[in-house]
Amino acid sequence: MLYLKFMDNIILEIKNLKKTYNKIKAVDDISLSVKKGEIVGLLGPNGAGKTTLINMILTVLEPTGGLIWISGKNARENRETLKDINFTAVSTQIPGNLTIKENLIIFGMIYGIENLKEKINQVAEELDLDKLLNTKVGFLSSGEQTRVSLAKALINSPKLLLLDEPTASLDPHISAIIRLKIKEYAEKNDAAVLWTSHNMYEIEGVCDRILFISHGKIILEGNPRELPQQYKKKNMEELFVAIAKEPLSFNCK
Amino acid sequence: MSFKRIFAISLRFGYLLKHNKIRFINIFAWAFFDITVWGITTLYLDGVSKASFSIFTVLMGGAILWLFLIRVQQGFILPALEDVWSRNFMNLFASPLSFTEYVLGLILTGFLTTIVGFSFILIIAYLFFSYSIFQFGFLLIPFIFILFIFGLALGAFAFSLILRFGAPAEWLIWILPFILSPLSSVYYPISALPIWAQYLAKTLPTSYIFEGMRNFLINGIFSLENLIIGFIVSFIYLAIAYWFLIYNYRLAIRNGLITRITAESF
Repeated sequence: MLYLKFMDNIILEIKNLKKTYNKIKAVDDISLSVKKGEIVGLLGPNGAGKTTLINMILTVLEPTGGLIWISGKNARENRETLKDINFTAVSTQIPGNLTIKENLIIFGMIYGIENLKEKINQVAEELDLDKLLNTKVGFLSSGEQTRVSLAKALINSPKLLLLDEPTASLDPHISAIIRLKIKEYAEKNDAAVLWTSHNMYEIEGVCDRILFISHGKIILEGNPRELPQQYKKKNMEELFVAIAKEPLSFNCK
Repeated sequence: MSFKRIFAISLRFGYLLKHNKIRFINIFAWAFFDITVWGITTLYLDGVSKASFSIFTVLMGGAILWLFLIRVQQGFILPALEDVWSRNFMNLFASPLSFTEYVLGLILTGFLTTIVGFSFILIIAYLFFSYSIFQFGFLLIPFIFILFIFGLALGAFAFSLILRFGAPAEWLIWILPFILSPLSSVYYPISALPIWAQYLAKTLPTSYIFEGMRNFLINGIFSLENLIIGFIVSFIYLAIAYWFLIYNYRLAIRNGLITRITAESF
């Protein structure tokens, strides 16, 4: 088993990660690290490699090359490491044919949660789901379903939270609530968050740092509140469009 | 290995059964109609036949044991299909749950639903036709055991097809036992098959079980050697099916199909 002597505050370390489908490079030699308590935005146009990267961290996609360590351990070799992380993704649903409570019981058992009943009540209360616990997920609104996904993602109090477009298709009010809940969780638990989104307002408001990915490579990195000025753009939205149009001129990494 | 995680997979299926009673149809209705039709048909044949043995006893025995095999296979694969239909694979496989634990969860679910479904079959056979499977005596134990192992092998093979070809492979799942039934000699002796088919039949553990059952019911004897061969062959099938399942799981992790099972295949 591969253990690295890690700085205590680094929760995720990725070295030279690659994923190739036939001859197409979906992720091309990416290296990055995420510290405890840090919220990192993963930006990029559709097909840039963000979801591929997240799936590899979650061990549901095998890298072509490179290494991923979570809390200093290789998750592919030690699945117990996955107890420290959790995720939500737009492409994945929480089964709609079970109630919120039943889903949380199942996932709580899978993540080996002690005092599961108390934990479910606590998470449900934090996400305002306590009155809906016995409702089938399929009957909930999309905003409520997103909160259920988040409840499942928080059931194990993860040290690293991977959020793949957590507010996609939500109205601005619900999005703001979700953002607040995630930010509160990260601050309270010193948890790291890797967050993909196409909402630049959201990224500016929440993230401590952003990584811009294009064609499977990180081409830009920095503070989302400072980067637009550095590149003489009005805001992140304008910067995003400029990078998406001409990624090569921004390859600063 | 965590029993809690294995149990969680079975518990999930238990919740699904609780919520929608339609799912019980698969456990009870098929068995009810199959046993009723076979019972009436074989009673009729028994009345018009000049055979020196009871056709009813032999064919009903075959029908009941064959239904047991189908129950095991479906009990294993149905919870996995529920996870395909509800797009739950990513939630499960991006967690501490290992693939082996998931498969053990499917086996546990298959075992529990088979006990319920098979008990129902035995009750129907006894109540409607006064047929008791326990007339096989202690032979019932190895018969059931070998069929259970082979049913798991069929379930594992069916799951491999889903991982390889995506959700549409479920069509193959339902017909898989029926593809094997002509060679399994469920209702007739192996000698009734063409010579080339007899060789194929001998590669299936089911043919040893049904041949052994007939031999016992008609002649009152059984071949220990055939029972041992059936036992060994069933384990060989299980080992091959599990290897094939693991191979396809790794392939699905390599090509990303596990997260996009609705995309059907790469």
